[in-house]
Amino acid sequence: MNGKVFLFAGVAILLVLLATAGLAPWIAPYDPTQQNLENDLATPSRGHPLGTDKLGRDMLSRVVYGSRISVLVGTSTVTIAVLIGLLVGSLSGYFGGWVDHLLMRLVDILMAFPGILLAIAFTAVLGPGLDHVVLALSLLGWTGYARLVRGEIMALRERDFVHAAQALGGSPARVIALHMLPNLLPPLVIQATFGMAAAIIAEGSLSFLGLGAQPPTPSWGSMLNEGRQFILVAPHLTAFPGLAIMVAILGLNLVGDGLRDRLEKKGQR
Amino acid sequence: MRRFFLHRLLLFLPTLLGAVTLVFALIHVVPGDPVEAMLGETASNADKETLRRELGLDQPLSRQYLHFLAGLAQGDLGRSLYRQSAVMELISKRLPATLELSLAALGVAIALAFVLGIAAAARRDSWVDRLSLLFSMLGLAMPNFWLGPLLMIVFSIELGWLPVSGRGGPAHLVLPALTLGMAMAAILTRMVRSGLLETIHEDYIRTARAKGLSERSVWLKHALRNSLLSVITVIGLQFGSLLAGSIITESIFSWPGLGRLTIEAIQTRDYPLVQGCVLAIAVSYLLVNLMTDFLYRLVDPRIRYER
Repeated sequence: MNGKVFLFAGVAILLVLLATAGLAPWIAPYDPTQQNLENDLATPSRGHPLGTDKLGRDMLSRVVYGSRISVLVGTSTVTIAVLIGLLVGSLSGYFGGWVDHLLMRLVDILMAFPGILLAIAFTAVLGPGLDHVVLALSLLGWTGYARLVRGEIMALRERDFVHAAQALGGSPARVIALHMLPNLLPPLVIQATFGMAAAIIAEGSLSFLGLGAQPPTPSWGSMLNEGRQFILVAPHLTAFPGLAIMVAILGLNLVGDGLRDRLEKKGQR
Repeated sequence: MRRFFLHRLLLFLPTLLGAVTLVFALIHVVPGDPVEAMLGETASNADKETLRRELGLDQPLSRQYLHFLAGLAQGDLGRSLYRQSAVMELISKRLPATLELSLAALGVAIALAFVLGIAAAARRDSWVDRLSLLFSMLGLAMPNFWLGPLLMIVFSIELGWLPVSGRGGPAHLVLPALTLGMAMAAILTRMVRSGLLETIHEDYIRTARAKGLSERSVWLKHALRNSLLSVITVIGLQFGSLLAGSIITESIFSWPGLGRLTIEAIQTRDYPLVQGCVLAIAVSYLLVNLMTDFLYRLVDPRIRYER
């Protein structure tokens, strides 16, 4: 009962997040980059429900547009990482032997690092920017998917329907894509949900450190970074972008937890 | 047991070398000219050449790598470009502050997790249980770059109870430790709760109760001790990420540790220092994970290394 409620709450949050990102130009009351220096650091009012920032830009519009960055970075990072993970994990799991050994040692080494540290070092060297953030996060984020896919494929490899497909002359690519992939999608989707939450937090962290989105792009992390300078006089600059991140992460975590519980229950039956 | 330690140590060495190589590659192989980035596009060619020679960047990559490894073996990480001292010296000066903060965060996380986790398990489905669930859901969803400023607004600026930033007495430690430890507290709370609920139905717990032990003794001495193992593993793994997470927390609270040094090095494009800091954090992370593995085997004698 409780689990279902949480899952629905998570799905609802995600739908709102996606709708906000997709419909940003229609939802936002102002242009997020439009300055009004006469009305800087204004506290929330009827004209500006979340106040304005140091350049008099409307905070509500910036928070709304910020959802686009989070959704974009989250989905593109996870998509690239899942594709690399699928490729590496399939090769490793299907062929085994030295291919598996070599690829898994690479995974071990990458996983032995704290991801955010590498991402910080990566963007520090490449230079700041959202494209570099996505590149860093996806190049570092695929290892978990590779391990998951490898494990699932190794288990599936011994199943009768896979042997049948192989006996009918199916090439490895065909067997993996048509016969194995559908079976490993559910755990992959769950991991991708948590991966997206992690990517959004990582983008926020990098932008907060000044290594991600560059002004005037409204990213939640960079808004928090700008808010830091005015924490004494305008705490609302800190409150709202952070609240948006928290709600988005909460939604993704609830969906991930809910789906995982369902999958586990299904496995027990 | 000895075999396990040796095997684990042997596995550690290639990982360490891999880590070192990765950090080297990050700084040296990634496109872009560090010298130009440091001096700016308007610098004269002569200046660029001089700096390039000073940094050893005019050498072939393989020689640079060997030179780097040889230096590392002697504890030499090169010199900072802007601060007139060796990278190793700068790092060792800042390391104690980071360790202090990470240990304090660990303490905060463990204390919060045990209090909330035990209370939640003992009063399952009560309001305490729901509160602890809410705590761990929010604790996981709140990024530390938001939690930190938020705590600062409430406890330093509005209430004036705690200092805003910097390192000093124990009061300076409270907010940074809370910020850094929150996510770990959230994870551990759920683990302590579920671990306790799993063990509380075991036969030996029934025996303990049948012996007439008090509920308190049953929970704390028998159930808790046996659910500790999984918690220790997570503590070890998470302690490593505390070291990495300290980069953001230190930069929020102007905590003079390794994390802040890393960011300062990045901002001034001090590449030898960036390289040294990243390496120091990564190696500490690897060492903590290694120690966790050892500790885990020592604590649980049931786990044997498979031959």
